Amino acid sequence: MKRMIEFELNGQQVTAEVDGGDLLLSVLRDQFDLYGVKESCGAGECGACTVIIDGRAVTSCLYPAMEAEGRSVTTIEGLAQPDGTLHPIQESFIEKGAVQCGFCTPGNVLSAKALLDKNPDPSEQEIRTAIAGNLCRCTGYHQIVEAISHAAGRKS
Amino acid sequence: MSPVNYVGKSLPRGDAREKVTGRAVYINDLKRPGMLYGKILYSQQAHARIKNIDTTKAARLPGVRAVLTGEDIPDIPLGFMRDNRPLKKGKVRSYRDEIVAVAAISPEIAAEALELVEVEYEPLPAVFTPQDALADGAPLIHELDARNKPVKSNKLKLPWRLICGDVDQARGKSAYVAQGRYRTTWVNHCCLGTSGVIAEFDLNRNLTMYSITQIPYLAQNDYLAALKAMGLKDSQVRIRCQTIGGGFGSKLDTHCYEFIAILLANATGRPVKIQFSREEEFLAQATRQPAIMEITQGCDAEGRLTFRDVHMVLDNGAYTSWGATTPSVMMVPISSLYRVPNVRFVAESVYTNNLYSQAMRGYGNPQATFAVESNIDQLAEEAGIDPVEFRLLNANQSNEITPQKFKITTCGLSECLEKVRDSLGWQQHRKAKAAGETSTGYKARGQGVASLIHVGGGARVYRSDGHGMIMKLDDFGKLKVFTGAVEIGQGVDTVLRQMAADSVGMRIEDVDIVSHDTDICPWDVGTHASRQTFIAGNAACHCGREIRRKVFELAAGQLNRDPEELDMFDSVVYVRDAPREPGQRLPPADSGDRIPLAKLLRKAHFSTGGTMVMAEVFYDPPNQMLDREFKGNLSCSWAFGTTGVEVEVDLKTGHVEILKYFAAHDVGASMNPMLLEGQVYGAAVMGSGYALSEEVRLREGRMVNGNFLDYKMLTALDKVPVTPIIVETFDSAGPYGAKGVGEPGCVPSAPAIANAIYDAIGVRLDSLPMTPENVLAALKERFPDS
Repeated sequence: MKRMIEFELNGQQVTAEVDGGDLLLSVLRDQFDLYGVKESCGAGECGACTVIIDGRAVTSCLYPAMEAEGRSVTTIEGLAQPDGTLHPIQESFIEKGAVQCGFCTPGNVLSAKALLDKNPDPSEQEIRTAIAGNLCRCTGYHQIVEAISHAAGRKS
Repeated sequence: MSPVNYVGKSLPRGDAREKVTGRAVYINDLKRPGMLYGKILYSQQAHARIKNIDTTKAARLPGVRAVLTGEDIPDIPLGFMRDNRPLKKGKVRSYRDEIVAVAAISPEIAAEALELVEVEYEPLPAVFTPQDALADGAPLIHELDARNKPVKSNKLKLPWRLICGDVDQARGKSAYVAQGRYRTTWVNHCCLGTSGVIAEFDLNRNLTMYSITQIPYLAQNDYLAALKAMGLKDSQVRIRCQTIGGGFGSKLDTHCYEFIAILLANATGRPVKIQFSREEEFLAQATRQPAIMEITQGCDAEGRLTFRDVHMVLDNGAYTSWGATTPSVMMVPISSLYRVPNVRFVAESVYTNNLYSQAMRGYGNPQATFAVESNIDQLAEEAGIDPVEFRLLNANQSNEITPQKFKITTCGLSECLEKVRDSLGWQQHRKAKAAGETSTGYKARGQGVASLIHVGGGARVYRSDGHGMIMKLDDFGKLKVFTGAVEIGQGVDTVLRQMAADSVGMRIEDVDIVSHDTDICPWDVGTHASRQTFIAGNAACHCGREIRRKVFELAAGQLNRDPEELDMFDSVVYVRDAPREPGQRLPPADSGDRIPLAKLLRKAHFSTGGTMVMAEVFYDPPNQMLDREFKGNLSCSWAFGTTGVEVEVDLKTGHVEILKYFAAHDVGASMNPMLLEGQVYGAAVMGSGYALSEEVRLREGRMVNGNFLDYKMLTALDKVPVTPIIVETFDSAGPYGAKGVGEPGCVPSAPAIANAIYDAIGVRLDSLPMTPENVLAALKERFPDS
């Protein structure tokens, strides 16, 4: 059954008509053209579709769209400033070589943001735990960890 | 040559900004007006006759625009041995076989339509191991060959036999001999971006493929052949590659789903997209080739290798891809890793009813090196020589020719071995081990090393190893570099930009790479064999020199000098010997001894009898195809490396933890240390997953773990503490001295880890992956009473 829901998306109040079975991933991609939300496994196992909901990193491919009602959702498109200024985590990913094919990058960046918003000075183990659900086939994770650590203000 | 300003620096990738903002458009994100969605029904049997396919209900479903079976399409032979078809007709040979395809107005309707298809099978006896496939009376997977002649056996008519010297004689004269039997299994590329394509015909019946191929120009040829079979003999094909979500060799063939999209687009007159799910990616995308490898090596009393004898049986699966030719690269380490005068390598590939295999990073080299380097440790132990010393004694050297006739111009193998040995603390570990200090309670530590040789200067797999490049200076003094190289995440665009900027003498901000479009960019044989930095890089150097020459000719008139007196830096042409301020590379701006490129180009365009500045080059390296005996200098420079690891094995759980991982690579010269290290980190972790956890599990041909929960890719928590060690040997054949490095990192991981496990617990793991279960089983077999 379709229903209108209202939620905050990248800082703006939006409404969407969703079905009980609709997943947040497809609503974000199909209704809001937010193609930075990537689908790779469709089963919550790879983290490519990660978004931040009320401060928590969530795999949007498993998240019922209706659950977003009244919540605050951030996708990768919501990180940079409108003038194009990148978020420090995005800058770090670029500077530290944490990007190769890039398909996992939005998810990794958002998992990093959810971590750093709560814990501005994480240990390497805490960083690795935060992105444990974000699979990457290209980088071997090293430069991603380095980038997140760098963004947290530590020199690595 | 202009001064080096960007080459060798850790510049960030040109496409990184688009990727960190989610703006990069992958095939997964692309839609075309009027587009339909194609979906494929796969076989429910490993081996069966197709008695009947009833598609009437599917075709009647509202929203369905086309339903195709093997009976509805022309004959389009695919695969290296032309043994595959887009949709199978008559019988299926594996669970991945495509039998029905639909196009519908939504993916959901297409999926629903497939559920309405009724297929009647008559099961046939099936074979799931090469041994069973070769047994007398085994059912034939293919009854006919590509020429429709009856076949007698499941053995591929693709014999691999490399003979150098006299192995039997050498064996008789060897002081020590060691023998081993090794196995590797299926692994998936696990590109995070799943496969997809959009096929679109225009009204002139020309085809555009929105694609993710690593071989756009060879794919063009394959698609043209299909169009011809479809009666479209005058049609043209344009390939437009999208941002590619990982390659690793998975896109070196044209695949069935791409042809299905073409057939559906042709049947409906609409663009058709096929986008794989993850499950489909595991099921239908071909894997790395599994191998059963028997190896014997010998050495003399001093430890010098005398011979290497390798016999392999490869499970090809039900169809051939280009991956059927992986033995040609397996030969590389078998004949030429370390100095070994007598070599014999015989391999046979066998059809089975399993998933079929294809190219994957290293192209057979990781499998072969697992056998060679595990067995080297066995032989060193037999001879009573330290494994690193044994390798150093036998290490390849610069300026030697190997038994397979590879010309090793530069070789940093000894340096790699020494640096890894010292970084590991090899001697200290030996002493600690002798003192019984490396195992405590249920934990045992061990160290192991393994080396690699791989093509580093292209690979003449086809008759050409060529690369076309065009450079164009525009009206604003910006350089556009048109290349056939495909950016698959490895960073070729960035490295080419650095080389192009330096070879011309421009600011890197003024240089852009234009690629991924066969209508615009010149021909290239493909993004494979770790070749683009070397091949496209050489093209950039040659093309850049030509641009400089033309620019200096133009500028000579403006500056009233001879072209030979001019130089260029930071996109400014200047008189080389002109007076300048101390510390300044360029003469003062008002001196009349310099002219900005932009101004020069505008003058060139806006003048009577004007001109433009463009250059083109077709760079084809001086390497050789293997001859009938599989000999010849396949690559014009050779990459070497050594991986050394320290592991801790938990004897209770069988878990192997990597405590240290040093990856030394002779890369010729480092073009971009950050990107280079990215290749090394990524390959080391991919290689470690191959060693420890990854396996596509097949039960009677049926995949049982087609998801990321059950298929164990390493995660960020499975930390592999990789330390890259970059060794530079400055190969004169390479651009700025560089060799290729994309594949090598994953080659020696598994044997280095296996050797370290042996050092730790005295048990040799001879099968991949070395999971905790397999480690425990091997321990139990070796020490049944403990």
